[in-house]
Order: sequence, then structure tokens, then C-alpha cells
Amino acid sequence: MSLDDISIKVADLHSIGSLDALLNEIASHLTRFIATGETAMIDLKSLPFSPAEYESLRTALGRGEVSARLETIGDSELYETHYSGVWWVTHYNVEGDVIADLIEIAEVPAILHSQPEDVRDGLERLQHTLSQTK
Amino acid sequence: MKEHETLEQRLHEQGVSRRSFLKFCAAMATMMALPPGSATAIAAALAKVKRPSVIWLSFQECTGCTESLTRSHSPTLESMIFDMVSLDYHHTLQAASGFAAEQAREDAMKEFNGKYLLLVDGSIPLKDGGVYSTIAGRTNLDLLEEAAKGAAAIVAVGSCAAFGGIPNANPNPTGAVAVSDIIKDKPIINISGCPPIPAVITGVLAHYLTFGALPALDNLGRPKAFYGETIHDRCYRRPMYEQGKFAKTFDDEGARNGWCLYELGCKGPTTHNACATTKWNGGTGFPIEAGHGCIGCSEPKFWDAGSFYAPLPAPAADVTTVAKAAVIAGAVAAVVAGAIDRGKKTKAQQSREKLTVDDLKGE
Repeated sequence: MSLDDISIKVADLHSIGSLDALLNEIASHLTRFIATGETAMIDLKSLPFSPAEYESLRTALGRGEVSARLETIGDSELYETHYSGVWWVTHYNVEGDVIADLIEIAEVPAILHSQPEDVRDGLERLQHTLSQTK
Repeated sequence: MKEHETLEQRLHEQGVSRRSFLKFCAAMATMMALPPGSATAIAAALAKVKRPSVIWLSFQECTGCTESLTRSHSPTLESMIFDMVSLDYHHTLQAASGFAAEQAREDAMKEFNGKYLLLVDGSIPLKDGGVYSTIAGRTNLDLLEEAAKGAAAIVAVGSCAAFGGIPNANPNPTGAVAVSDIIKDKPIINISGCPPIPAVITGVLAHYLTFGALPALDNLGRPKAFYGETIHDRCYRRPMYEQGKFAKTFDDEGARNGWCLYELGCKGPTTHNACATTKWNGGTGFPIEAGHGCIGCSEPKFWDAGSFYAPLPAPAADVTTVAKAAVIAGAVAAVVAGAIDRGKKTKAQQSREKLTVDDLKGE
């Protein structure tokens, strides 16, 4: 028996309903964001997607102009989709498993901002370095 | 044993940045099925808590529950054990053995009397004086009653501890019972499943730490956040059920096309668990995604409930309405937004108030 004997059928990627619902949800968040500035997040791991629908979502949202990477307790990938203000944020742990998969509606995903605590820590370190070189 | 420091102190000592902590909290929010935007509020609450002492007792069990937890992918087991809780006794995982191991349990019970969390996996055999399962020469019943006295709360991990599980199945030769059959005066939370989903185990612990209380429970003592809906309610094959597309055998055209497994005995409509969304093996899939129906392992008496391959007699009464809402009217969106009060959230944002853990408690 060779590989050619095994019949291959291309899976039907047509949405079975959840994808349209999610795109509508994103549209309503975007509308609110434009009107009031209210940001929003959607937890993709909580949704009953089929694997094909998940891939369809990637295709539907596409990729935009900006992407970023965090390197902290595992990597995180962030990119703006084809629709400005709609970000796809995926957090991985150190073993490379997805620990959070989010759509964020915002100017910039919140976690990209420098955190005040880290800024204060950084200043302390810088001042310490300067005091050593005097 | 010194008083446990706060999580924030511990992470700061280790050089973990605030941003890393926020990322960790985003994962926790996902795990606890809370609105994803609540990571900042969770961070504020978690930073202040002292790591609780945890004593884990394993009784009449197969170690599958511990296997499940050690494969928990969010967060890693290491961060779970070393950063969030102080696991003071677990006879499979701890390095100490023999008298030293039992001493660790006794020390923790004394030092943190009234404050420690007691986790139990496995059922407790009562027949013939409980001789069918003993640890260090003492019966499971004896150990459970002793450890329960000083516990703040008890978490029954797995269907055996929660409902009696496999040892309790007919003919139940050891007289196995659940934790809740013995302990009546402590809060008990049941995390059923054979094994339970690892993220649910860690999610419940995270909830306890964040809110300082156990999560809302259903009538069987299970956390509603994870057991509030049936597998069928959240199954990606649900639209097939609505359309009347059923696989009739495991190798027919319908099975190959991913149609509903209801007629092949899937227990999804009567089984409450989070498999359909949380999934297994690092989020790879769950039984129905692999082409096999749900066997209902998170429900009481699942082993004695008849054939895994005989169809359920009739759909549960409320199933249709719930799922129609979920799939057609886009309750996907309702779930996405979470149960959080929209008005309050908007108000908080408009007035630049920060969302706190108390706002989430009201849900």
C-alpha cells in the first residue's frame, strides 16, 4: 500500500456559525471604542471553535502593519490585524504552550505599556550605576 | 517553618518584572473563566496574598489526578507550586519519605491550623474498618478526619474524592465513599472528572487566592465557572446536532465529516465540564474533537450509568434553548463579554476608576 492509496479529502472550511458571531462582536467593540474609547478583550480560549474555524478567523482578520514580541516567562506574540485597533495577543509559557489567546480592541495592547513599578525599579538601578561611576 | 511571604515579595525577590506578573495574571483570568480584562485587578489582589499552606492527601486512587495536575500547562506546575501555594505534603511529589514525610504533614497541620487548604484525591474505603487503603499504618478515614479538623476548606480532586468514582462502582468491594460522605462541617469543593482538567484544579486554587473564598458552586459542589454548562452546550459540533446531522457508526461518512456523536452514545448533553473550551493536552483537543463521544466522567456514578455507546434516552429538557442561544444568537459574544456588569465597567472607565477584585466578586 502506498500513500496514493489513502484517499485525501480537503476539509470544508466553511464557517458553522461561531465565526460570524465573533466578527460581529469585534465590530460592536470597535464601534464602542471609536465612540467612547472603551477598550475590550475577547478570550479566544473560552469559545467553542472548531480547528477549521480558528484558522478561518486568522484568515478573516489578517495581519496589519505592527507586530511585537515579549520575552518574559515564555514568549508572547502581539500583532495588529488588518483592522486597525484590533490586536491579536497570544501568550506562551516557557514550554511553548499557549496560556492565553486574546483579541484586544485598543490603541496598543495594555501589556506593551511600561509598568510604573518597573520604571521605578529601572530608575533605581540607573541611579545606582551612576553613583558607582562618580 | 516561617510565615509565608506574599506572592509579590517572592516574585520581586526573584527579579520577575511587573509586566511578567501581568502576563501571568492574564493567563490566570483565562483559566478562571473571568473577563480577560480583569488581569490588572487579579494582579492587585494576588500581590497581597500570603501563600497558603496546602496538604494533599492521596487515598484510594490511581494517581491520574496528580498526573493531570503535573501536566497543567497554565501556569507551569513549578510556578504553581513554588509561587502560589506552599505545598507542604504530597506523598508522590515530595522529596521527603517515611517518618520525615509524615512529620512534614504534622508540622504543617500544627503551624497553619485553621488556615491550610486540604486537597484530597481518591475515595475512602469504609468496609472492614477501612483496612483496604492505609498510609504509614493508618487508615484513610483516620487521616482524613484528622487533617480535615484544621483545614480552612477541602478540595476534593477527581471523581473518586468528589463522588466515590471507580472504587465506588458496583459492586464496590471496599465500601468506598466520597469526602463529602464523611466530612460534614467544612466547606468542600468538588473538582470532578476522571481525571479533572488540570487548568480547573489550578483555576480553583487561583480563585481561592484571588478572592479569599471558594468560587460559586453548583448543587453537586462543583465550581460553576467550569461546570456551569454541559459539554453539549459548548461543543463545536453542536450546530450539527441542530441540523440533524448524526454519525451512525464510527466509520461512516457522517463520522468522517465531524457530525454529532449523540447517536453513538455521547454523554455530552448530561455532562457538566469545561472540556469543550478548556480542552486537554496543552489545549490540543478533547475527546469529541478526536471522534469519540463524551463518557460523562465528571458526573456521579458515571461508570454504572449504562453503556458508553448507547445513546441517551432523550435530550435534556433545557438543552435546545441554551444551545440555540449559544450558537445562533451569538451567546459566544455574551460569554466573551463575561458576566461582568457592563454599566459598572463603563462607569469605572469613564471616571478612570480601577476595576477591583470586589467588582468581580459580585458576579
